Amino acid sequence: MTARQARSATGWGVVNLVVVLYALFPVWWIAALSFKDPATLTDGNFVPRSWTLENYRGIFRTTEFTRALVNSIGIAVISTTIAVVLATMAAYAVARLRFPGKRLLIGMSLLIAMFPPISLVSPLFEIERALGIFDTWPGLIIPYMTFSLPLAIYTLSAFFREIPWELEKAAKVDGATPAQAFRLVIAPLAAPGVFTTGILVFIFCWNDFLFAISLTSTDAARTVPAAIAFFTGSSQFQQPTGSIAAAAVVITVPIVLFVLFFQRRIVAGLTAGAVKG
Amino acid sequence: MTATRTGTAAKAAGRLSEGSRQERRLGWLLCAPAVLVMLLVTAYPVGYAVYLSFQRYDLRFPDRSEFVGLANYGAVLSSPYWWQALWVTALITVVSVAAELVLGLALALVMHRAVVGRGLVRTAVLVPYGIVTVVAAYSWQYAWTPGTGYLAALLPEGSAPLTEHWPAIGLIVLAEVWKTTPFMALLLLAGLALVPAETVRAAMVDGAGFGQRLRLVVLPLMKPAILVALLFRTLDAFRIFDNIYVLTGGANDTGSVSILGYDNLFTALNLGIGSAISVLVFLCVAAIALVFVKVFGAAAPGGSAEHR
Repeated sequence: MTARQARSATGWGVVNLVVVLYALFPVWWIAALSFKDPATLTDGNFVPRSWTLENYRGIFRTTEFTRALVNSIGIAVISTTIAVVLATMAAYAVARLRFPGKRLLIGMSLLIAMFPPISLVSPLFEIERALGIFDTWPGLIIPYMTFSLPLAIYTLSAFFREIPWELEKAAKVDGATPAQAFRLVIAPLAAPGVFTTGILVFIFCWNDFLFAISLTSTDAARTVPAAIAFFTGSSQFQQPTGSIAAAAVVITVPIVLFVLFFQRRIVAGLTAGAVKG
Repeated sequence: MTATRTGTAAKAAGRLSEGSRQERRLGWLLCAPAVLVMLLVTAYPVGYAVYLSFQRYDLRFPDRSEFVGLANYGAVLSSPYWWQALWVTALITVVSVAAELVLGLALALVMHRAVVGRGLVRTAVLVPYGIVTVVAAYSWQYAWTPGTGYLAALLPEGSAPLTEHWPAIGLIVLAEVWKTTPFMALLLLAGLALVPAETVRAAMVDGAGFGQRLRLVVLPLMKPAILVALLFRTLDAFRIFDNIYVLTGGANDTGSVSILGYDNLFTALNLGIGSAISVLVFLCVAAIALVFVKVFGAAAPGGSAEHR
């Protein structure tokens, strides 16, 4: 029996190792590139032969990257906040209240969740230029919060359905209006779900590339994924490989930390909307 | 049971009571901001995209803009570029979603049954989900570029897979599968958790092997979860852009319909043709969704929330 257990443990160990290697290979590779000095950058070695922080110093020396980092953080945080607030209100209504038009709301957000962003890029480009918000923060915040609303509404309404009904009813019996029941009873219970949704929405905004390259033209609002694609080497004969790798690692670190700390929540959030439906 | 029924009856009878009217008003009030935002930022621009697609509108010659009816659609649909891009997109979608389903199911079974290192696997698997697509795409691109790349060094001398049509398509699929399999696996894992353990054990007692249990018991019970996961991933794969933009830029006939639309909009600055492509992509996506819902009967997530 113990021999069998040991064998099974080894088996799982191998399986786990394969999965971990699979998941981390590209992450390790781009990190390794970012620590290589220019002389060994193109040697194709899996582990850097001489380690350097020069690539990181390089990207933080110019405003091209730091500005984009500020844009990325600011735009993602603001979009996430607005989307989560709007979605919390809507999801509460979907999960708890009876009102005509609920089906319509659900159908509409499903439609938007499926929407190909390329279909919106040309009209938004024109509209934003006419309104003067092309290449500004609001120019990206508006599409980001809109496209993350369906995700946020699904995830939140799934979480909200898990919250015990009776407490809200009890509050109403005690004389609370529906609005008070929402604010004083449900909101604190819903906080973990709201937080999880916030993480998912943040990852969504942080990841976007198509809107970021289409609706910006300078570093006024260009986010890191877009800025990376426009990186140029420090001289025209130098490839920007080292800078791209370093910038890539910088924007990957916060996500990996999120994932490490909130693993359980992220899994719950990703699966909540899809299955319990 | 009777108590619930009485409760429902009371609610139906008091349809216009003060309480339920208040509830209804609050429901609308709470949904209004989200609905307004979604309508303003998607419905209106889509209408505008349709309008633009009927115009000759080239940003380099704005004075020569005029209404041209369906001419832009004619130009797109008679162009080999559109059909090539559509074929590439469909191919990448089908191959990568199929691979993700198989790998995702395997991964979900591992996560479901793992006795050792379950947390480790779950955390590792979330990394591809969380990482920025562009970052992962650059990593793959450098890995496969001769000279710089670790993986390219393993290939025969002189091969540059990203500059040849079929190898490049393969690598795009690989990058896409790597990035999105975890998402698929997590959705399937949640479906797997809904399969009652007793049913599976009963099948085992009846002598069903692992393959039989999976095929005859587990998969049919997971069907709704599988369909939802497939629907989401198919629609998502169809709009593939980031990976192709970074890996090949659409060279050597590897561009997707989104890449084609982007090139027409921002490289050729032809908003009329670009918008026609945008509308066509939208129609394709709508058709895929319709097929899923009608043919496979995939339930819209949240749709069954009604009965609560």
